[in-house]
Amino acid sequence: MTGPLLGRPLALRSLSRAMFVGFVRDRAALVFSILIPVLFLVLFGSIYKSTSAAKISVIEVGRVALLDQAQAAAPAQLGRIMTVAHSTDLAASLDAVRKGTDDAVVQQRGRTLVVRYSIADQTTAGIVQAVFSSIVQQADAAAAGRTDGYQLATSQVEDKSLQPIQYIAPGLLGWAIASGGAFGAAITLVGWRQTKLLRRLRLAPVSVGSVVLARVGLSLVLALVQLAVFLAIATLPYFGLRLSADWWMAIPVVLCGTLAFMSIGLLVGSVSTSQQAATAIANVIILPMAFLGGAFVPLDFAPAWLRDVSYAMPLRYLVTGMQNVMARGEGAASALPAIGILLGLAAVLTLVSVRAFRWDAV
Amino acid sequence: MVTTMPTAISVRGLRKSYGPVVAVGGVSFDVELGEFFGILGPNGAGKTTTLEIVEGLRAADDGELSVLGLAPWPRNPELLPRIGVQLQASSFFERLTAREQIRTFASLYGVPARRADQMLETVGLTDSGAVRAEKLSGGQAQRLSIACALVHDPELVFMDEPTGALDPQARRNLWDLLRQINADGRTVVLTTHHMDEAETLCDRVAIMDHGEILKLGAPAALVRDIDSPVRISIESGQLTAADARFPGVGDVADDGVSLTIATREPAPVLAGLAGRRALAGLRVQGATLEDVFLDLTGREYRA
Ligand SMILES: Nc1ncnc2c1ncn2[C@@H]1O[C@H](COP(=O)(O)OP(=O)(O)OP(=O)(O)O)[C@@H](O)[C@H]1O
Ligand SMILES: [Mg+2]
Repeated sequence: MTGPLLGRPLALRSLSRAMFVGFVRDRAALVFSILIPVLFLVLFGSIYKSTSAAKISVIEVGRVALLDQAQAAAPAQLGRIMTVAHSTDLAASLDAVRKGTDDAVVQQRGRTLVVRYSIADQTTAGIVQAVFSSIVQQADAAAAGRTDGYQLATSQVEDKSLQPIQYIAPGLLGWAIASGGAFGAAITLVGWRQTKLLRRLRLAPVSVGSVVLARVGLSLVLALVQLAVFLAIATLPYFGLRLSADWWMAIPVVLCGTLAFMSIGLLVGSVSTSQQAATAIANVIILPMAFLGGAFVPLDFAPAWLRDVSYAMPLRYLVTGMQNVMARGEGAASALPAIGILLGLAAVLTLVSVRAFRWDAV
Repeated sequence: MVTTMPTAISVRGLRKSYGPVVAVGGVSFDVELGEFFGILGPNGAGKTTTLEIVEGLRAADDGELSVLGLAPWPRNPELLPRIGVQLQASSFFERLTAREQIRTFASLYGVPARRADQMLETVGLTDSGAVRAEKLSGGQAQRLSIACALVHDPELVFMDEPTGALDPQARRNLWDLLRQINADGRTVVLTTHHMDEAETLCDRVAIMDHGEILKLGAPAALVRDIDSPVRISIESGQLTAADARFPGVGDVADDGVSLTIATREPAPVLAGLAGRRALAGLRVQGATLEDVFLDLTGREYRA
């Protein structure tokens, strides 16, 4: 097609409005792209929320007389709420707490009980503080009359552990955005071809650019809505997602991911002759990718082979890109490789699908 | 327009094949500015293909083509605002109401919403303005599609079987609308299966079959040119078929409802029928485009 890439801004606006209204009235699409992912988030978020161990696990570094006395005094009671491991390596023990393997490191320096814990899980952190302050109080009470009391010094370790919500939220969001982009583009393209709308628009003085831009704009807006809804729900105290400083960098990741998955959908739509076929092909691509690309199965806990496979999955870059800046506290720049890969994929696939593109159903 | 443009459309030797199927096999015709031009033919004759090539939706394999002095292929943005097209299959935005559809199309041409609403009124869809396009009846959808084709006041209007899904009343209303559009000075090109439609509306018709134009001319002239008998029919039971064989009579047929006499000399036959007082249910039918088609192809015309 010839002509300027973008036609009248008015045409773009009315096309965008027509597509937006059409989308909002499509209950199935709304349910599919927003409600179901949110239900998954609520479901998985609630299931994995309660994984924080009923018992806290404490590493005793060196000899901690206070703790030993307390254990000796009430072994059954303390045994119910904590397990105690012994170590001489402070650095390794602190690392275990950072990673979330253990909950606290305890040392005794003279009359001061030094407790270091992670606040990754606030419930556990609360229990740690309560348990040790009660140990100190009891020791004080037992030593009543002596001049010096015992003291408790608590401090937090820098947290590197990921609570379930920190990978569930970006994972499910990545899946939602991938599905929204791919299915949206594929089904729209086939639908327009079937209803002959593309031919009708070809007869109107609008540029292909405006038509494509209007549809892409709709998907980008949808992706931002998905992001906003996910963040709003996951950061509720109940789910407890804590956003890192550079979380805003997730916005460009989401936009680029949308473009990448729309380009996958565009390719699917170009080779499909019916909406059913387009849906089936898009499903075959997206669903396995959700498992292999770290959306449904967190890569941190995945077997090595799955981690290797995930590098071939575009979804991996969307999910890890968001995770790095939203949940892992890495800097804004950490998302740049993911953005680059997603944009590159979008460019390549768009070129391929332009070649496979057909205006007509036959 | 300052340039002199004698013709709205000029087509020479147009060809289009789909693999082995020759859809259009060398078609030539001109449409004058302000003319009402019809393309008539049975299913698969190549009407839609011809029209789509002229509209610029398809590339021809061969042939010369000029529309309002411009080349429609490749897509010509200069031509698009000047033509209005109603496609054979209605095409709308999903889940938009009738009013939203036509307003959207209007704004693509820079036409205000007020004008879009007027057009909706013109095709009698104001009451269905809030109904989604996919819920409209076949005839309503067709009227909406026509309204969308006309909303930007095009100079040249293409309609592919515009009355296909319409009931007789709506069909007549649309005829009035099309006549009105044409009377306003717009050139109209339509395809149809219906002989009567072509006869009533068109200044000239091209009769197509198997991808070729068999005959082209004013309906009356086409009918006059063929050597076809007049058909006189009366109610059955007034006369036996044998008694109806007046001098100069060709075929006589009695189907139990009416007795039909074919003749090239109607006057003595009518006089004879009057003499026998056998005039109940009398109808006299001259040749129609259907006869022209029969004459040209040797086949009955069945749309
Ligand atoms: N896209 C296509 N691919 C292959 N063959 C086609 C295509 N479009 C039309 N044809 C064939 O070309 C021939 C002419 O079709 P066309 O649609 O032009 O006929 P038509 O006169 O409009 O028929 P109708 O009255 O049914 O609308 C037919 O044999 C048809 O099967
Ligand atoms: Mg046709």
